[in-house]
Amino acid sequence: MLKKFMLASAMTVAFTGLNFAANSTAALADGHAKCDISKGRISIVGNEFPAIQTVGKGAQACAGGDVTVKANLTADHQKINVAGMSSTPAEYTSAIVANSSIVALMNDDLIRPLDDYVAKYGKDLKKNQLVTIDGKVMAVAFMANAQHLVYRKDVLEKAGIAPPKTYEEMLAAAKMLRDKGIAQNPIGGAYKAGWNIAQEFTNMYLGYGGEFFKAGTAEVSINNDKGAAALKMMKDLAGYMNADYLTHDSNLTNAEFRAGNVIMMNMWGSRAATLTDADGVSQEVKDGLAVGAPMTVGGGSVPATTLWWDGWTVSKNISDEDAEATFKSLMAGIDPSILSDGEVAKQAVWLLDGYKPTPAAEGVFAAASMGTKPYPMLPFQGLLHTALGAELPDYMQGKEDAAKTLADIEAAYIAAAKEQGFLK
Amino acid sequence: MKHSTFFWFFLPTALAMLLFIAFPIVSVVTQSLHTAHDQVIVEVENCGPFGCTKEVKVDTEATAQLKAEKPLGKWAGLNIYFDRSHLATAEVAQAWRSKKSFGEFFSSITNLPFYRAMSFTLTYTFVVTPCLIILGFMIAVAVNALNQKLKGIVIFFSLLPMIVTPLIGSLILFWMIDSRGILGNALQWLAGDPNLSLKASTTLTWIMLMVYGVWHAAPFAFVVFYAGLQTLPQDTLESAMIDGATRWQRIRYVIIPHIMPLVTFVALIQLMDNFRVLEPIVGFNAEAHATSLSWIIFNDLSGETRLLSSAATTSVLTIVGVAILLSPVLVRTWRDFNRKA
Repeated sequence: MLKKFMLASAMTVAFTGLNFAANSTAALADGHAKCDISKGRISIVGNEFPAIQTVGKGAQACAGGDVTVKANLTADHQKINVAGMSSTPAEYTSAIVANSSIVALMNDDLIRPLDDYVAKYGKDLKKNQLVTIDGKVMAVAFMANAQHLVYRKDVLEKAGIAPPKTYEEMLAAAKMLRDKGIAQNPIGGAYKAGWNIAQEFTNMYLGYGGEFFKAGTAEVSINNDKGAAALKMMKDLAGYMNADYLTHDSNLTNAEFRAGNVIMMNMWGSRAATLTDADGVSQEVKDGLAVGAPMTVGGGSVPATTLWWDGWTVSKNISDEDAEATFKSLMAGIDPSILSDGEVAKQAVWLLDGYKPTPAAEGVFAAASMGTKPYPMLPFQGLLHTALGAELPDYMQGKEDAAKTLADIEAAYIAAAKEQGFLK
Repeated sequence: MKHSTFFWFFLPTALAMLLFIAFPIVSVVTQSLHTAHDQVIVEVENCGPFGCTKEVKVDTEATAQLKAEKPLGKWAGLNIYFDRSHLATAEVAQAWRSKKSFGEFFSSITNLPFYRAMSFTLTYTFVVTPCLIILGFMIAVAVNALNQKLKGIVIFFSLLPMIVTPLIGSLILFWMIDSRGILGNALQWLAGDPNLSLKASTTLTWIMLMVYGVWHAAPFAFVVFYAGLQTLPQDTLESAMIDGATRWQRIRYVIIPHIMPLVTFVALIQLMDNFRVLEPIVGFNAEAHATSLSWIIFNDLSGETRLLSSAATTSVLTIVGVAILLSPVLVRTWRDFNRKA
């Protein structure tokens, strides 16, 4: 399993280019009956987790005759989508994005409104699938996602611990598991320096009821008690994690869970269902896997997590013919009939008609019903996210106190926001 | 060679250099002097699967006109060079004024992204380069003394670290030094400390990156020196032996002077390479402990929002850094050249 894992990460890092070739020939067989496209060039860029692979495969089934479909699905999609959609004609006719990554495309005006296509070909779409910005449909969402509790019910039961509802309870449970000698590092978390740890701070800060910016402006304001409390909680949690936690992204955290080392973690819903579908996972871990609602923190009622949607967009800088073909092929990719495959149905919390939640979807549903905030769709949120990712490790390693780190984050954000013209 | 012959001979190279080296540098410098236009932000209502919220967005139509007039962006002069993400002049001055000791000044400086990257980059460059030259030389001398039949296979294995793609090589080692990996576990056993983690300690991470750097680049030095050893004047060596020189004396007074120009060459290339260290940092997920200028560029270009001007500025600073680093070696080469001419 280790070898497979290594290969997989090596592949994503080094051979993103090769994905092209491998994916584009994958699904020529199915014919293009349900797509109804006569001509067009379709080229999709997006993330690589299972649900998106399914959508990409569905769109690729439209290939044939004068219709070409390429899909480049890679964890590095955000590094290439803006560049790949800036030229005319754009290399990518569609980008599969989430509420964070659509912002970069919006900022540079790279995607087109979809209202006309929705009226013509998207009558079956549900209203909540349409992502509208300023009244225009800019993306079609097909799945919801959130980070929530994933735990080993067998281990917690044996130790007589109830699944934690708050981060404070999680700490107490972790202490008990360590003291009893059941697990040395029972907590898992994607705390890798960079994007992941910034995401965890975002969760925690929202859980304490924090606001990132002064309303309606790009002026950051995180250097406050809530920011300091969020940092302290993260450091306390890290005390119960594998010492290498600053290098662990969600893939590695999941590997630790599969190996039976991690008992409780805050993990993505999109990865929870297929978490134990790997070679070499013990039956104990497979049976013990359970998902729970996201945790709250500091006595707050809003969970310390964020809601996400994943959806597809259509490029602005392409011919209308290609845009229409792209829209139709992606409609085929999210056709509700894909849910008839049980494996596909459990890959995500689908927003499609006829989706029946599987047990693995409970966490995301709980997140939605508990009033979790969506990840902010602000033009400058990404700059703050990057600043967080770069400056947080200093605090986690004990090199600085909370006030200094928060001040550093604000300073790093301000420098970037000035360069991008958001601040003067 | 006649001047016209030289001209036609050199023309394709010159064109390629102009196209692939000079123009990109001009473009990077231009980019570093400009920033994005001031963004017009409007409040809008966004709706999605989780309801509607009031948020802000960039009014792209309002900035389209500005962009069309000045596609390069807003003139910023050297502003970006002096901002906190780069030379941070204001922050450095502030730290100098409020310092209580040099140690405190140094630690507040290395808290700034540029100086933090420089402190690792320079340490890496000046530790790895001499080490890999010495190691490469030792391998070359050892291999040269081997039996003819063994040589081929030993050379092949000595070259392996260089053949492995740096990113893959560092990923493989990354897994091996994991606290549950074979090397990480062995170290824990050797140190008798079950909580020892290479990846959690800044010092150990630095050492690991440097060891990796030497391991990866030593074969390059080895190949060059080994080729140099094949041209060793046998007469001089034999007369040294007749004079009763020991093996060490032969190396010191015959072999090293003979391959000195090659040492300069290897140093030149490796100083340049090591200053641009990136792959091990990415492969080892080491950015919490060690960053380099190249890593800053990589990070600026791969965030949620790309920071083009910031990346361009760091690129220019890298070029300046390489130029400063190489100047002693270049001056020396130039002097040698003149002396011979």
